[in-house]
Amino acid sequence: MIPRPFELHSPSTLSEATSLLKNVDDSKALAGGQSLVPLMKLRLVSPANIVDLGKIPGLSYIREGKNRLVIGSMTTHNEVASSPVINKRCETLSEAASKIGDQQVRNRGTIGGTICHADPAGDVPAAVVALDAEFKVVGHHHRRVIKARDFFEDIFTTSLGRDEILTEVRVPVLSPRSGGAYLKLGRGASDLATVGVAAVVTLDNAGACKDARLGLAGVGSTPIRATRAEDVLKGQTPSDDLVAEAGEKASEMSNPSSDIRGSAEYKREMVKVYVRRAIRQSLARI
Amino acid sequence: MSSPKQIDLTVNGQKYSGRAEPRTLLTHFLRDELGLTGTHIGCIVGKCGACTIILNGKAVKSCLLFASQVEGSDILTVEGLAKGSQLHPIQEAFWEHHGLQCGYCTPGMLMATYDLLKRNPHPTEAEIREGITGNLCMCTGYVNIVKAVKAAAEKMAPSPKMRPGEPTPRAGKRKTPSRPVR
Repeated sequence: MIPRPFELHSPSTLSEATSLLKNVDDSKALAGGQSLVPLMKLRLVSPANIVDLGKIPGLSYIREGKNRLVIGSMTTHNEVASSPVINKRCETLSEAASKIGDQQVRNRGTIGGTICHADPAGDVPAAVVALDAEFKVVGHHHRRVIKARDFFEDIFTTSLGRDEILTEVRVPVLSPRSGGAYLKLGRGASDLATVGVAAVVTLDNAGACKDARLGLAGVGSTPIRATRAEDVLKGQTPSDDLVAEAGEKASEMSNPSSDIRGSAEYKREMVKVYVRRAIRQSLARI
Repeated sequence: MSSPKQIDLTVNGQKYSGRAEPRTLLTHFLRDELGLTGTHIGCIVGKCGACTIILNGKAVKSCLLFASQVEGSDILTVEGLAKGSQLHPIQEAFWEHHGLQCGYCTPGMLMATYDLLKRNPHPTEAEIREGITGNLCMCTGYVNIVKAVKAAAEKMAPSPKMRPGEPTPRAGKRKTPSRPVR
């Protein structure tokens, strides 16, 4: 359980890091390492060069802007989960962060790391997709912003270029009369999601659903935006039947595989249940 | 490539130096290079928590870190809990409540407990169980482990000063119940 030999680079600036990623062969960025290090130990991946982002100052912060919450990519899951600002303004994200792995993993794993790892059963990827988050990305001599919905391309595959580093997660502040939740079905402690549902629901003054956003974890090759379920809710006054219909539509949009966490059939059923619960939990928090 | 480099660390208040390849895990560095074998190697894939240490004040699994990532850090291992022959209150509580069977998971359990009680000096049973989710006891001796953690909390925490009408330290800052509604 020891990785293949590699060279470790510990840049102290972002430009040094992007230059290394661009110019050094077979290089890979290392954030908190709670997914990459196990993969390296199992020798499922063996990069020749590791670029450790841990010595670059200024990538760990949580700020509350007027229209959005801004989170540095090296902020740990526990810092996100315990942030009073995120707890107050965006329970979907704080709950997703609090349900990752265990205490030790959350002390070390980072929000940027789990997003770039792009495990389809990851908790935070489903949350940022539901939250319409954007990612600030720095490359060698360029910067750009990628929307969460354009970021996840396939299992463990993102639209990030080889020299690019995700440096900041930007989450739009929820409209008034909004509530959110992240609910997870897992196999006991510390596991990835068998099924995870991130939800945000906004009501208008008459009590009808103005906006609904749902992100599904664990039931496809990327986190899935359950848009057909969202359409069921929009413009309607939430009722038991409506919420159940949204669950059905979300389940139709899911595309799970049978694996160690359960059969595809079971997961599709659980999408219905967890979508219902997540919508109700969100409504209860408005 | 990947030749050993010198790593300087503070462990249990003492300065240590050793050499490590980039791929050397912190667990192996502590055990093989520094001779601190109290930190156990269990599953070595980050599941069991036997290798839990306190890194710069926070519990982490030392098998999920390369030694070279934590150069210059401040580490507390299980060897740093007792003061000479005086056991740490957490160790005493595990002894008194038989919070171990084979003892293999114990160093990690002790360090996870240390971290939990620092964050939450008066945990409920549910909070204790949540606090040690990253640590597996293969003997399944959790009942006594939970008792031991509770006893350790009582030993360590000054009894909360209650004034009439004041909420208990546990009440108050509770989030909306996360129990899903159907």
